[in-house]
Amino acid sequence: MTTAIRWFWFASPHTFFPVAGTIARWCAVAAAVFAVAGLYVGFFVAPTDAQQGEAYRIIFIHVPAAWMSMFIYLVMAFWAAVGFAFNTRLSGMMSSALAPTGALFTFIALWTGSLWGKPTWGTYWVWDARLTSELILLFLYLGFMALKAAIDDPRRADRAGAVLAIVGAVNIPIIYYSVQWWNTLHQGASVSFTKAPSMAAAMFAGMILMALAFWMYSIAVALMRLRCIIKERE
Amino acid sequence: MLAAARWLIYRDLLLAMRRRGDVATALLFFLIVASLFPLGVGAEPNLLRAIAPGVIWVAALLSSMLSLGRLFAADHADGTLEQILLGAAPIGIVALAKGFAHWLVSGLPLVAIAPVIALQYDLPSSLYGVLALSLLLGTPILSLVGAIGAALTLGLRGGGVLLSLLVLPLYVPVLIMGAGSVEMAGAGLDPGGQLLLLGALLVFTAAFAPWAIAAALRISVE
Repeated sequence: MTTAIRWFWFASPHTFFPVAGTIARWCAVAAAVFAVAGLYVGFFVAPTDAQQGEAYRIIFIHVPAAWMSMFIYLVMAFWAAVGFAFNTRLSGMMSSALAPTGALFTFIALWTGSLWGKPTWGTYWVWDARLTSELILLFLYLGFMALKAAIDDPRRADRAGAVLAIVGAVNIPIIYYSVQWWNTLHQGASVSFTKAPSMAAAMFAGMILMALAFWMYSIAVALMRLRCIIKERE
Repeated sequence: MLAAARWLIYRDLLLAMRRRGDVATALLFFLIVASLFPLGVGAEPNLLRAIAPGVIWVAALLSSMLSLGRLFAADHADGTLEQILLGAAPIGIVALAKGFAHWLVSGLPLVAIAPVIALQYDLPSSLYGVLALSLLLGTPILSLVGAIGAALTLGLRGGGVLLSLLVLPLYVPVLIMGAGSVEMAGAGLDPGGQLLLLGALLVFTAAFAPWAIAAALRISVE
């Protein structure tokens, strides 16, 4: 009985508000530390790539951003589904708070990807399977945010957004694989990822540090936004 | 249960027959969009033949989406939708019937009219069958997935533009497989794989989309 109550103890916006502030503060500090360490490793420790030269260093931003963009959508859909199933107010707010961060990382992944593509592939944009599905992911985020913004009643917005997020999450694998098949059909237009030489340990460390920094940043920012939403609604 | 579905389909078809202009507009839109492309990209026959499947499918996507706004709006405005939801029939069945009626009115005519556009684009006549079959399998998915968006945006301001933002990304797999099957057949390959995938997607959508539509309708009406 007590465990059942504890599960929902933090589901109340009022009890979670101060906790969110504490977690957000620590995560913000951790994000700064990891980012400094990651950028130092990325720029000064990691060796220059034999094939791509210095241009490859953008992967320290690009790859973690791409990871986060996909992962945040799943987390967002998870919280939306929890809110839909248990009718908890906080879950819907959580999914609203995550969406802009997810969209931001999707955009960063696309942007840094095209900056990397210019010196490496010779073009800012190719209709590669990964790029195309990342672009569609951005559209899914924007649709989710637009739907929530269009509904005035926050409870209805949360529930409608939850249906859309779940439908989107079910569709993501279908979209991803269909884009991949489409890409193999249009073989001529695609540029394949050059098989990367086995990654140096320093490069890998830099990427992981940056990924941790982005994780911490996402948690901090999402919780700060959550606090704003709680204050706005309650 | 089936009687309710039959009645809903009959009623929607009757309403569509009474307002034939709406149906004709969507079809006309399909024809006009498809006719605009040669004016934009030039009338080079080889180029037209290459882009024909994609153009026909994109036009079908847009014209199917255009008529989605009307799927629930009129019933919502005059209170019929509320009464249907209060009724004994499961909302999932209602949603499926509405989607099916929408497809009969907006999707099926496209299947019939697509070979005419294929003719304009100088597509070899051997491809008409694959094109029609891909549209036959794909357009019901458009109606059902679109119905989720239509139910979610019911009664919202700027519903039309918002609807397209929600629905078009979800249409991507249908577009890829539909146009892909015709292109494969055009390249002399077997389009069977793409058509089977499209069929699988149709079964998947028909099984799960009614749930999402029902949930969205309940949210919009409450």
